Amino acid sequence: MLRRLAVLASILLLAALLAACVLPDPSTYPEEMPTEVEEQPTLTTPDIVEGMFNVAFVYVGPIGDGGWTYAHNDGRVYLEENLDNVNTAYLESVPEGADAERVIRSLARKGFDLIYTTSFGYMDPTAIVAEEFPDQAFVHVSGLKKNDHNFANLFGSMESAKYLAGMVAGARAAEDGSNRVGYVAPFPIPEIVRLGNAMTMGMRRTCPECVMDVRWIFSWFDPEGEREAAVSMIDAGATVIITGADTAIPVQVAGEMGFTGVPGNSANACDAAPEACLGVPYWNWGPTYVEIAQAVMDGTFEPDDYYLGVPDSIVGFAGFMEGEVPQPAVPDWVIPEVDDVLQQMRNGEFTRFDMFTGPIHDNAGNLVVPEGESLTQSDLEGIDDELGALLGRPGCTYCMGWLAEGFVADAQVPQ
Amino acid sequence: MTGGTVSGTVPSGRPRLRLEARDQPGLLTHLAVSLLLLVAALFLAGIVMTVAGGNPLDVYRSMFGAGFGSKWGLNDTLVKMVPLTLASLGVALAFRMKMWNIGAEGQLLMGALAASGVALFAVPPDMPQWLALALLAAAGAAGGAVWGIVPGWLRAQFGVNEIISTLMLNYVALSIVQFFVYGPWGERGFGLTPMFERNTWLPRLTEFADQWSALRGLTLHLGILAVPVAIVCLAILLNRTKFGFEIAMVGDNPDAARYAGVRLRRTMIIVMALSGALAGLAGMNEVSGVVHRLLEHISPGYGYTAIIVAWLGRFNPLAVAVVAFLFGGLIVGADEIQSAGISSLLQGVILFVMVSGNLLIRYRIRLRVPETLA
Repeated sequence: MLRRLAVLASILLLAALLAACVLPDPSTYPEEMPTEVEEQPTLTTPDIVEGMFNVAFVYVGPIGDGGWTYAHNDGRVYLEENLDNVNTAYLESVPEGADAERVIRSLARKGFDLIYTTSFGYMDPTAIVAEEFPDQAFVHVSGLKKNDHNFANLFGSMESAKYLAGMVAGARAAEDGSNRVGYVAPFPIPEIVRLGNAMTMGMRRTCPECVMDVRWIFSWFDPEGEREAAVSMIDAGATVIITGADTAIPVQVAGEMGFTGVPGNSANACDAAPEACLGVPYWNWGPTYVEIAQAVMDGTFEPDDYYLGVPDSIVGFAGFMEGEVPQPAVPDWVIPEVDDVLQQMRNGEFTRFDMFTGPIHDNAGNLVVPEGESLTQSDLEGIDDELGALLGRPGCTYCMGWLAEGFVADAQVPQ
Repeated sequence: MTGGTVSGTVPSGRPRLRLEARDQPGLLTHLAVSLLLLVAALFLAGIVMTVAGGNPLDVYRSMFGAGFGSKWGLNDTLVKMVPLTLASLGVALAFRMKMWNIGAEGQLLMGALAASGVALFAVPPDMPQWLALALLAAAGAAGGAVWGIVPGWLRAQFGVNEIISTLMLNYVALSIVQFFVYGPWGERGFGLTPMFERNTWLPRLTEFADQWSALRGLTLHLGILAVPVAIVCLAILLNRTKFGFEIAMVGDNPDAARYAGVRLRRTMIIVMALSGALAGLAGMNEVSGVVHRLLEHISPGYGYTAIIVAWLGRFNPLAVAVVAFLFGGLIVGADEIQSAGISSLLQGVILFVMVSGNLLIRYRIRLRVPETLA
């Protein structure tokens, strides 16, 4: 009898643990960034307010992640504060998959006028629900699809901000005498390869002798993997770590070992390790969220592939924006040059296409992009002919899948 | 489960609580105790919510509204109920025989995988829908059954502990699904297959909106019919057939069953096959009725929740379905509550309270004062 009970109890305990593992558990997120968002009412349900313009956001992570979702939530707060008569609501930690579609549909049924979905995996669910609710607008962040009446996708030129980060990192590595920078790379996808190439080109601009090491961790969020990647590259001689994953842990680790790093995604990410931080390439969704919401209110919203740049303020480099002071670890001599390049970017004189203009060699010495040629948007996003046909876009010629000169010679994009 | 007390001998003369078996816990006792425990669980979770700064009554009200309060909520809850019920019935069947199959998640995934393979490669677009769906259902059940037979056979033949083997096979199944959705069946490395042809979709209510406009927008699909069918079949199998009697016998006392002529190994393998097939059908329902494609995250842990549901339903088919319906509503309702995590909190607390409080169904608590003190 007792044994049976014990067996049952252990099985149920196991089941509960497993069920809990599958469900996203915000409490497992590590040291949260100090958040500056004003008191959020706890335990709320997203609902519309009659007579107002209602905007809903679907987040993939918890708003306390200090990174990707945190930045989107900043944008939501900005939207509510900067546009009159707007009511916003959000759902956080919505798993990609079958539940995403149900959750997005439920928001649409409630009558939200505009719904932002902020993770790549929400692409098809958003597309499907958008077709069912033709009178409401849907904007999918970081995706590729759109339709012709109410569904757009939105992304921005993070590569510009990463280029600036590379400039600072190169200067720091030159100053350290290591001439070696490390990149914690989440996935071998075009976006991450593009960002790595941009930071490597920026690094070479301020430190022509520098090389970029890389570790692929196959996750957006893996505190332990991020830490190991950083330590491994520091052991290999790097003194500056740039991370493309969610947490600032690689920068904290570098700091503990006496070195420096560059976190990402949210403007306040340096707060996690101010001494070791060189600046943050961050997302600034607020102004764009306002602009799109205004267009939907006015009835002028046009579904499109929105890929915005530095002039639209969608990305920034914390420490170098207006009224900001660079972090103490940034070498003084590089500051004017970074300011200068940032100004050119703001003026539209140095866009992502200018950045990716030939001649560009890869890290094995082959000429990838000949002199005078520039990458196209499809090249940058690695959209080949097959995918291009699916999306109604041209296919790529110099498809983003190579590592630029400056990466260590044996670095590869894993297949 | 029968008689006896669990209190053991009383070492000294102190008064102490003592558990006494109820003679024959009736339906009313079950219901009353379950309800009491549910209230206790909601109360406990409410304390946590109050500490977190929320008003639990508001939270419960809006959860109830979201899960059951409108035709949309009811629709979403019923859609959730389908895979939960099927997988839970499979788990309940195995548990009846004390086969601790905690591999419903893997069996569900293999069912989804098999059904997707058929939908993508074996069904021409002009095949009649009923035939295509029958093929998908058969493939789903077969895929799940295979994933149940393997640990069943290992247990029957070599005595391999099925708790370990079914659990491990869950991860194997997930890896296989990942291989296919990122590899050969994948669409552009996005972790999902292309959309299936329309004739492999389980029809949704909204497709009949032309005749009945009230159905517009309702995503409930034909798979819901599998729920009553599975309940009735399982109830008949368990209570009205020789095989069902054998299952119960093996569960109560395998040695006695063997002496009585039950072919133990055969029974184990068949039960695990049926159990897996039900979970596999759940997977087929998800790909064919909800997502219309296979993707890495096809199951948000239905197979694990199924263990909880089966147990709370005390392995009784009808009760399992009722619990699955309530859990479906709990998940749908809790998904609406911010911050996220309320759903797992509630599931955890309800399970904890129900399991620890379950003793009350079979035993009553008596304060026993030893005579030496009297």
